Parts: sequence; structure tokens; C-alpha cells
Amino acid sequence: MNTVVLLACTGLGLGALYFLVASGLSLIFGLMDVLNFAHGALLSVGAYAAWWAATDGGLGFWLAVPFGTAVGTAASVLLELALIRPLYARPRDQILATVGVGLALPALIMGIWGADARPFPQPESLSGTVRLLGATVPVNRFVLMAAALIVLVLLRLFLAKTRYGLIVRAGVEDRAMVTALGIDVRKAFTLVFAIGGAAASLGGALAGLYFGSLNPGQGTGLLIFAFVVVVMGGMGSVTGAAVASVGVGLVQQFANYYTAAGLGDLSVVVLLAVLLLVKPRGLTGRLA
Amino acid sequence: MTTHLKRWWPLALLLVLLIAPYSTLPLPGLLDGPLGSPGSLQLIALCLVYGGLATGYDLLLGRTGLLSFGHALYFATGLYATDLAMLELGLGFVPAAVFGIACSIALALLLGSVSLRVTGIGFSMVTLAFAQAGAILVQRNPGGLTGGEEGRSAPAEHLPDALIGIQNTANLYWIAVLYLVVTLAVVQWTVSSPTGRIWAGIRENERRVEVLGLRPYGFKLVAFTVAGGLAGAGGVVYLLLTGGATPQAASSDATLALLVMVVLGGSGTRWGPLLGGVLYTWAAHRLGDLANSESIAELPSVLRVPLSQPLFLLGTLFVAVVYLLPGGLARLPARLRAGRAARAAEGSVTAVPEGAA
Repeated sequence: MNTVVLLACTGLGLGALYFLVASGLSLIFGLMDVLNFAHGALLSVGAYAAWWAATDGGLGFWLAVPFGTAVGTAASVLLELALIRPLYARPRDQILATVGVGLALPALIMGIWGADARPFPQPESLSGTVRLLGATVPVNRFVLMAAALIVLVLLRLFLAKTRYGLIVRAGVEDRAMVTALGIDVRKAFTLVFAIGGAAASLGGALAGLYFGSLNPGQGTGLLIFAFVVVVMGGMGSVTGAAVASVGVGLVQQFANYYTAAGLGDLSVVVLLAVLLLVKPRGLTGRLA
Repeated sequence: MTTHLKRWWPLALLLVLLIAPYSTLPLPGLLDGPLGSPGSLQLIALCLVYGGLATGYDLLLGRTGLLSFGHALYFATGLYATDLAMLELGLGFVPAAVFGIACSIALALLLGSVSLRVTGIGFSMVTLAFAQAGAILVQRNPGGLTGGEEGRSAPAEHLPDALIGIQNTANLYWIAVLYLVVTLAVVQWTVSSPTGRIWAGIRENERRVEVLGLRPYGFKLVAFTVAGGLAGAGGVVYLLLTGGATPQAASSDATLALLVMVVLGGSGTRWGPLLGGVLYTWAAHRLGDLANSESIAELPSVLRVPLSQPLFLLGTLFVAVVYLLPGGLARLPARLRAGRAARAAEGSVTAVPEGAA
């Protein structure tokens, strides 16, 4: 029982991390049809910015995380304005440009801070454990879950209650129609990129907490599973991404523990293939 | 004279490539040693293999319009299956190579028939997922077969004597040239066949191909399988060149590198992917050397850090090509000609009123 609780909490923590990356990816893809290969790099930018602020910058952990998120958001907006916006007429080239950024940014980080993993400073209040149903669970798992839950609620509120949320939702359904109604959908593009970058870099800063260390390849490694989550959840659906990330995180943790290590990662991938073949439009049936 | 040159330059280039091992021409800056030295031949052979791989990959990307993110899987299958057939089954090199290529074709047929059931970005995702599964399998070293992070080196006792040792680099080099020629021929032949025309139709407008009463699925599967087989053959040559199989061959970075090569050179063109593959591989190696050189180490860190990361430079170059040179390097001459013609036309338009007056 102890093991099951611990595994469930760890799986949910991992799922929360996936959700932070995948929610932005899903919105970006749903609205703009851009598969953002640079999203993992944005996560790394957020992670390293937070780490730098917490160690060299001398900020505490609670200031370092917003700092990392802000830097990641700025990088994301810059990416959209400088690279994605001029390529609106060439959708495939947009994907290719993000592939290039996704290769270059981690390499740059590696050039500045080296390829080795760096320990991430853990604040006192979050380094302990909690007794839950007889199991000893690290606190940082709950921090991730809470962060993901807050992001999910905020995103849902934004999409449901605000005017821009309405435009984004309408754009995911039918971008041409929104444009035809005289709404400049490009502002929504930049906004969605900013939201996605913010969520991903927050995920990066908290990933340091979850894994205990950070390395330049971390973002790209998480990105593949975030892709799996996005496709499973149905592209453009935030709720679908939330459901799929919980599922993927749990399956991965349990399969890795109860079968050979690595089989969990494999089973997630096989799950995706099977799901796509049975339901080619994803869980929520909204594959573009 | 110039038309002859235009028609026969590939043959002349091939001739130059074939006699290169006998040359001692030094190419400072381009290569470390003289042209015929083992080190240079090794690098050129690697460039040619990647040129061939990119050409094969373009069968999917540029010719049929399928954006696959899992092509490295078939390359790695050829690589590992050949190596393991020699190590575990004790086959000789030639049967092992045939086995390796057959494995690649079979896997491409199987996974292609599954992943082609979804279209568009879903297809890209499923191929990425399968390739990632392959990469994880290779990393996890099931039953001690793949050797995990270390990989497995090829057994010297099963290889023909003519393919072992630094003095025989020229033979490996000729095999690489042969692989490239075969790949170019297969791509050229299939693309100009009736099937190839349907591939072009699928790339331009899949719905219309369906309206004409053809099922795109089967044609796409043929393209996927042929490309998979070519990648597997590339894996066999790569095994000979590097003397072993390492897990980097199966990583998603390997597929992205192929994608970068094709787009850099120009997808959907005859020579573009080859050009891109050769340039990328050469640049990756030379930039790696540059990064460790003393002239870089003395630079201030603002310049030194980016210059010491080959992937940063290549990624930036790639973005620049996508941004400034749509169609890649191979379409550059045509773009320049078109630009000149447009300027000339502008000139004649302004000249007309003067002539009329």
C-alpha cells in the first residue's frame, strides 16, 4: 500500500510536470497549427534562469521561480515575434524554424553552463517529506501538483471568462472564421505563445525541484512525452491534456516500478500508438 | 560545350570521387590531411553516407510530403541488426548485411502500415513515438544485446580482411560511394516511375489523388518501405565506417539531423539532400575541431561560447536557411536567376516608354 501511494504521488507529480509543458503546446498547436519543437528549450531556459537566480543571483527560491518564469515567457514572446510571425504563410517552415531553435538553445545553454547536471537548491520548507496513508512522500511532488492545478484553473478561467479566451477558443475551432469576422487573431497567437512559454518555464523551474538537478537536455527529454500527452488529449484541448498527462505520468511510474525499468517509457509510447489507431482524433476527438 | 558540362558533371564528379584515394592533394581548411589520407577519406565517406541517408529520407519528406520524425529507427535497425547478426548468430558480413537490410524493410513495412493510418501531424507523432520506443529499447540493453550506452563494436573476425584496418580505409570509402550512387539511382528511378508521379500527386493534393480513384495509402507505404530499406543499407555502411553500433544512431536527434540536412540542401530536388547531408556532416565535424582549437580558446567568452557549440551554429544556420532561403541551397541558383530576370524585366518596362516616345 505504501508503495502504491508513493508511486501514485510521484506519478501525479510527473504528470503535473507534463501538463505544464503540454498545456501550452496544445493551445499553440490548436490555435496556430505549429508543433513547437522549441518548447523543451523554453523549459530549459526557465529552469536555468531560476537556477541562476537562486544560486548566483542570490534570490531565494520563492523569487527565483517567478524570475525563471518571467525569463521563459520573454524568450517565448521573442521567439513568436521574431521567428514564427514572419512565417505565417508557410506552416511547415514554422515547425522547421522551431526545430532549429530547439537544437540551438540547449546547445547554447550547454556552452555556458556545461553539459553536466547541476544540483538545484532546495528550500528548507520543501525538502522534507509528508506521511500520507502510511507512505513517506516528498513534499515537492505536492508543489508540482498544486502548481499544475493552479495553472489548469487559471487557464480554464481565462478561456471561459475573458474576451481573449473566447478568441482563442474560437480560433482553435476555426481560425479562418475568426479572421473573417474582423478580429486580429495574431495578437492571440502572441498571447498563446506567452502563456505556453510561462507554463513551460514554470515547469522547468519546478522540474529542478522534482529531479533535484538540471541539465541542458532535460527539456528536450520531457518534450517527447509532452507531445505524447498533447496527441492523446486531443490537440487544442487543455482539459484533455490534463487528463492525458495524469494518465501518462501514472502509467509510466507504475510500469517502471513493477516491470523492468524503461518499460514504463515504452508502454506510454505504445499506448499512444494504440490510442491513435483506435481513436485517430485523440481522447477528446479534436485532432486538427 | 556548356550543355555537355551540364549533362555530364555528375559523372565527372563521380570519377573524381572514385580516384580521390589515389590523390595526395592537400585541401587546407577543408580537410586536415591530404585528400587520400585515411582520416580525410573517413570523413568524406561519412559525409557521403549522410548524403545518401538524406537523399533516402527526402523520398518521404520532399517527394511524398510525409513528415516522418522516426527515420533514424530504420537506420539504427540496419546498423544494429547487421552487427548483432554477426555477433550473436555468427553470420559472415554479407549474409549479416542482407539480414540487416531485410530487418529494416520488414520493420518499415510493419510500422509504416500502422502509422500511415493517421495523416498529417498525427503521422509525424506516431513515427516519433515508434522511433522513441526504439531508442529507449536500445538504451535499456535488453538481454545484454544492444550494449546500452556503450553500444557494440563490430566483430573483426567476421569482417572480410579487405575491410579492416586503417590501410584499407579506401575500400570503405568506395563502399560509401557505391551506397550513395545506389541510393541516388533508386530515388531517381522510383520518382520517375508511375508510382513516383502518384507520390508527387499525394504531396501536392492527396484528396485529388483519391478522387482519381487511387488509394494513397498503398503508395505511401511503398515510399515508406523503400526509404526504410535505403536507411537500413546506410546503417550497414555506417557500421563498417565507424566499426560499431552506438545508441546515438537511434536517438530523435539523429532524425532531426536528417531533417535539417534535407531542408538545408533543398527538399524535393535531386541533388539538394545530398548537398545538405555532405555539408552538415562536414560542418559538424569541422566545427567540433574548431571548438577545441586554440584560436577559439583565446577569444572572449561572448564569442567563444557560441562558437564552441557546433549544434548551436548548425541550429542557427538552419533557422537562417528556413527563414531566408526557402527551398534550400539547391534552389539558390534558380532564385538568383529569377531575381536577375525580374530586374531585367523591370529595366525593360521602364525602357519601353522611352522607346515608344
